[in-house]
Amino acid sequence: MDITRLYAHEMATRLRAGTLSSRELVLASLDAAERQNRTLNAWLTIDRDRALAEADMADARLSAARDEGPQVLASLHPLLGIPVALKDLVSVAGGQCTAGSRILEGYVAPYDAHITERFHDVGAVIIGKTNMDEFAMGSSTEHSAFGPTANPWALDRVPGGSSGGSAAAVAAFHVPLGIGTDTGGSIRQPAALSGIVGMKPTYGRVSRYGIVAFASSLDQIGPLARDARDAAALLHAVAGRDARDSTSAPIAVPDELLALPAADDEAAAWLKGKRLGLPKEYFVAGLEPGVETAVRGAVAALEAAGATVDEVSLPHTDYGLATYYIVAPAEASANLARYDGVRYGRSTRLEGADFIADYLATRGGGFGAEVKRRVMLGTYALSAGYYDAFYLKAQKVRTLIKRDFDTVFAAGFDALVAPTSPTVAFPLGARLDDPVSMYLSDACTLPVNIAGLPGISIPCGLSEGLPVGLQLIGPAWSELDLLRGARAYEAITADAGWRTVEPADLARVEDPTVPSPGERIRLSV
Amino acid sequence: MAGLSRADVEHVAYLARLGLTDAELSRLEGQLNHILDQYAKLAELDTSAIAPTAQTIELENILREDVVTPSLPVEAVLQNAPARDGDFVIVPPILGGDA
Repeated sequence: MDITRLYAHEMATRLRAGTLSSRELVLASLDAAERQNRTLNAWLTIDRDRALAEADMADARLSAARDEGPQVLASLHPLLGIPVALKDLVSVAGGQCTAGSRILEGYVAPYDAHITERFHDVGAVIIGKTNMDEFAMGSSTEHSAFGPTANPWALDRVPGGSSGGSAAAVAAFHVPLGIGTDTGGSIRQPAALSGIVGMKPTYGRVSRYGIVAFASSLDQIGPLARDARDAAALLHAVAGRDARDSTSAPIAVPDELLALPAADDEAAAWLKGKRLGLPKEYFVAGLEPGVETAVRGAVAALEAAGATVDEVSLPHTDYGLATYYIVAPAEASANLARYDGVRYGRSTRLEGADFIADYLATRGGGFGAEVKRRVMLGTYALSAGYYDAFYLKAQKVRTLIKRDFDTVFAAGFDALVAPTSPTVAFPLGARLDDPVSMYLSDACTLPVNIAGLPGISIPCGLSEGLPVGLQLIGPAWSELDLLRGARAYEAITADAGWRTVEPADLARVEDPTVPSPGERIRLSV
Repeated sequence: MAGLSRADVEHVAYLARLGLTDAELSRLEGQLNHILDQYAKLAELDTSAIAPTAQTIELENILREDVVTPSLPVEAVLQNAPARDGDFVIVPPILGGDA
């Protein structure tokens, strides 16, 4: 039995029983990650010594709990001893944190992020830091300064982004759980393209203390996993109020997140009497036929299992892209002003020049093309004479987009069902020179960030051998319901043939003749 | 909506403190104008009676007790400084003359 194929909840059962150790799990994770990183480039840092030390601590805690008896054992968090991946914008004290950017290469985080502290508290083992689009700006992980990540389903395709490294690491079974961040779709879209589960929680659900900021009114942290139960356990571990992030909400985190039903019939029963809305604006031009077929098939299955499905309208959906691409770059241009090469990060100081010349050189040399594009857009949208026409206008349209969702949920719908991404994973390089086509990758996910709502992507089939994601969107703070819905969908499709299909190119991922994703991009240009 | 000229792009780059090459400026001129065309869509909507949304959860005026809490150790903070002198960060001169 290959222990990397276990779900985290299966690992937890064996760890508590003492039939498996965290050290064994972590060694298997480290070995897989190291063996496959040349062809996948999912990891930027793998910290073997730190991970093994954490594994030994977890094993000691497990052993002590076993000695103390079943009650103490049952009180342990299910993530104790489980290997996890962190997107490389999460601070881990003493470790490099690049956010995928040249400007932070070599930067050592002086403190732990809130979620890192939570992982230490529950005893999860951090295997390393994963690749990402620079400052989380992108939908393919090709905008990383450290080379693109490949999709384990097809090594010549992107895993989605910006949390593509975590998605690929989970899809390739290096770790059962990964952390991503989602500003316009950066957890859900890579989850969809990589065939796994990814959730963006409600804005304010998880503290962002210690996370490199992109767009502060949109960013949220969330789980990537292979099933709903594991995603729920990870969310449980990191969610909740933290005084160091004033936008983290004092809303209770339900312990039921740790008790999603294991039995399929019990899980499926959740659907009975639930009202699901099908937003018609999400089924329009640009949606690949194979994606539409898989999503409509999933909707039919949900209906057959007892849910009521009705078409609904979110009339301002079409304005989401423009709204997002004003608000997010505007906030990014302010957040990224801190990278000036004075206190930390890459620094270029020119002899005899004034300090503005130093800034220009530091930032011009340190940021990649997509970050420069967004900083330019944001600076322009906020500049004198354009603020009302762009930024204020976008904030008003944001109100309209949020109202669309409020109206539907007030009418009694429990959740909305939609595609996560209009397409399956696209070839490396295909959208690199066309920013607007790249931005359209997130057309179905970014309205959810604009409205601050929770959304989850779950696998719902294959199109031409590549995974398709089904998105569930709920009202604020409805993560538990969305995860129960996701678990119900898993239950009613437990026997579907596509569920047993593993990522096709895992068979070639250790082949020394297969080029790295960076080499593929260079060959294609 | 009027497009961005090359001079506009150069001005915005300066405001953003981005030193860009001629090739980058030329590429951005085309790309930014293409993206600005997408923005024009928002003008279709009458928003004169709509209040702006800056954040989506109803949290306001989050206060904390005014108490002293430990700060990070100086060494942990300064380890990333590009240039330092003892416990200080050396910054580029911002005033003229031989400082």
